[in-house]
Amino acid sequence: MDFVNAIILLLNYIFIPALTYGSQLALGAIFVTLIYGILRFANFATGDMMSFGTMATILFTWYFQSLGVSLGVLPTALLAIPFGIIFMILYMLLIDKFVFKYYRFQKSPPVQFAMVSIGVMFVTQAVVRIIIGPGDRRFFDGEKFIIKAREFKEMTGLNEGLALKSTQVITIFVTVVLVSLLFWFLNRTKTGKSMKAYSDNEDLALLSGIDPKKIVLVTWIIAGILATIGGALYGLDKSFKPFTYFNNMLPIFAAAIVGGIGNPFGAFLGGYVIAFSEILLTYAYKKFFMYVLPESMEPNSLVQLLSTDYKFAVSFSILVIVLIYRPSGIFKGKVL
Amino acid sequence: MVGIFQSWNIALSIFNLCLISAVMTMGANIQWGYAGLINFGIMGYTALGGLAAVLISVDPVQEAWRAGGFDILMSLWLIVVMVLVIRFILKRFRKSKIRTYSVAAIIIAGILLIRFSAEPGIEAIEAVDPAKTGFLGGFGLPIIFSWIVGALFAGGLAFIVGKVALGLRADYLAIATLLISEIVIAIIKHEDWLTRGVKNVIGLKRPAPYEVDLQTTDWFIKLVEKFNSGKLSVIDNLADRQAALNQLVIEGSSVFVKLCYSGLFLFVVIILLILTQKALYSPWGRMMRAIRDNEEAANAMGKNVVKQHLLIFILGSAIVGIAGAMLVTQDGLFTPGSYRPMRYTFLIWVMVIVGGSGNNFGAILGGFVVWFLWIEAAPISLFLINFFTAGIPETNALKAHLIESVPYFRFLLMGLGLLFIMRYRPKGILPEKIEIK
Repeated sequence: MDFVNAIILLLNYIFIPALTYGSQLALGAIFVTLIYGILRFANFATGDMMSFGTMATILFTWYFQSLGVSLGVLPTALLAIPFGIIFMILYMLLIDKFVFKYYRFQKSPPVQFAMVSIGVMFVTQAVVRIIIGPGDRRFFDGEKFIIKAREFKEMTGLNEGLALKSTQVITIFVTVVLVSLLFWFLNRTKTGKSMKAYSDNEDLALLSGIDPKKIVLVTWIIAGILATIGGALYGLDKSFKPFTYFNNMLPIFAAAIVGGIGNPFGAFLGGYVIAFSEILLTYAYKKFFMYVLPESMEPNSLVQLLSTDYKFAVSFSILVIVLIYRPSGIFKGKVL
Repeated sequence: MVGIFQSWNIALSIFNLCLISAVMTMGANIQWGYAGLINFGIMGYTALGGLAAVLISVDPVQEAWRAGGFDILMSLWLIVVMVLVIRFILKRFRKSKIRTYSVAAIIIAGILLIRFSAEPGIEAIEAVDPAKTGFLGGFGLPIIFSWIVGALFAGGLAFIVGKVALGLRADYLAIATLLISEIVIAIIKHEDWLTRGVKNVIGLKRPAPYEVDLQTTDWFIKLVEKFNSGKLSVIDNLADRQAALNQLVIEGSSVFVKLCYSGLFLFVVIILLILTQKALYSPWGRMMRAIRDNEEAANAMGKNVVKQHLLIFILGSAIVGIAGAMLVTQDGLFTPGSYRPMRYTFLIWVMVIVGGSGNNFGAILGGFVVWFLWIEAAPISLFLINFFTAGIPETNALKAHLIESVPYFRFLLMGLGLLFIMRYRPKGILPEKIEIK
């Protein structure tokens, strides 16, 4: 019995939160990796683009709520996401037309692109804050829990409760569907394959008649979908605050690089690697050992490897280690 | 200009921060403009400089040293031993899997050992009067020394970072340095025994006199009287005149203190400017440019590219460290929570790009222009909004919303400024110019 309790404990506090957080990171990381692979620069505006998409979603959610439209148990935001995506894509294409296109034609070095993306970051941050303000916003409605901790305890008669939030299930479900669709698109369709070809060798791709304009357009569309959904899921699960989104850029970068930049599947796994290591290393295992070990061996301290304050530092340290020892990432991306 | 419109006090504080920004920009400019190294870790070095200011100037907390000093020293000693052992292994054994694993094992075991040995000490230190101290304190030296120590700290960190990360391609160096600076901030924020963490350190010593002391000093009152003799002689009544004088003295004292700071900062800026200009036109500067423009060719000519990159990375970071210490000196407080990448990394980069990379005067100009705009963006945009929406009634929701979000227009201004400069004047306002003498 104790053993089952211990498993439930880990599921509740480590596995499910990490899986959710990892999914959110994974979507962002695929976004970074695609932009890097096809447009060839590190996009420092990632976090703020995600916050823009989320903002659009929130605005539509409010609009639907004011109309009285709702999805019952599901959050209204799910209905608003497609509209948010359209706005996000329009904004990205606008930026691409006025900012990035020029440097693409100039064949500027990646550093210059990165600098320009910092300019975009400032502008996007300003736009988001001017429109919706810097405050903390929750836009979740509908049923909050699928399984409540207390109900679970009563149902199974265990000591440990297992709480399953509906946002967690939505996040994981949406991520799985979206990512499978994306990989199907990249590996099976003609456009997807030509994107891969363009990413591998630009000149060769151009020679074989691939239209670069179309590739760039499709890339931004996919990026817009990923950014909006990733951002909206994070906002649903936690809350929307522009500053947090800016900060999330860093673990997202870490995930993309750990997975091997330019490699979407690596980025997907990288998100989970980062999320799990953050939570595994900062979780206090005291209760777990209380269940597993006999009473005489119970630990006195919290058995926490690192204090939760260092949550971010964990992912960055992993990144630094990967950069030093395996610059192409765990799953073989481009060599940096 | 601000002096006339707002007040001399505000004008001087903006000027002081402009000077500090100029120093930071010069540091970044050395790395980017001279050598083409991209360093997004400016925030970390600034914070380390600030930490130096705290460690140098605060009086040591005797009780805390008694409570946990021994444990802390033990852990320090352990760290030194660990580093030495690793160095020994790296030197004596050939590269192999076993070596890698044993080094990793030593690091992990060492970290665990240090945690166990330091924990009681840390707890004891943090328990010493936590509302006021709860940390080890510093050395109680004049805070000016911290400017040098801040440079040393930042240089030391840059040495480690440079050893680790300088081999990366440019944009990955940027990301790696950004993340490392975040780690540094996390450590400073949460190691309360060293820095008090988010509890902040306030009331640091000053190199300049205190306002309160000045207000009671004879020569200062006479000075203020002399400056304002025209204004004062208009007032006939003796009591009124005394009251007016008192008011002037209070205002004057804070202006005077700020002037003292400005003098000190100006001194640093001028010295750094002379040094960097000399370096730029020296054979060493020529070599740096050669390395920047064509690494392989410079390497083929027998220049040690890796070593020079490391050197310039350390130098630039050390200058940023000085600026960090200066900043804490002028504020008189150390708030680890206020170090944000937006303000301390990206804004400085905007300064470098806008001012002109590779040109020291450009860096200073960038520091001044961008900081001035950053501060004055809110009043300017408020004015513009009021101007353009003059016809709309005050109660209009859109207008109210815009006025409420005035502080965020500075981001917009910075972003647009950066984009326009990058597009139409990619070399900055004052481009790099190399005269061959």
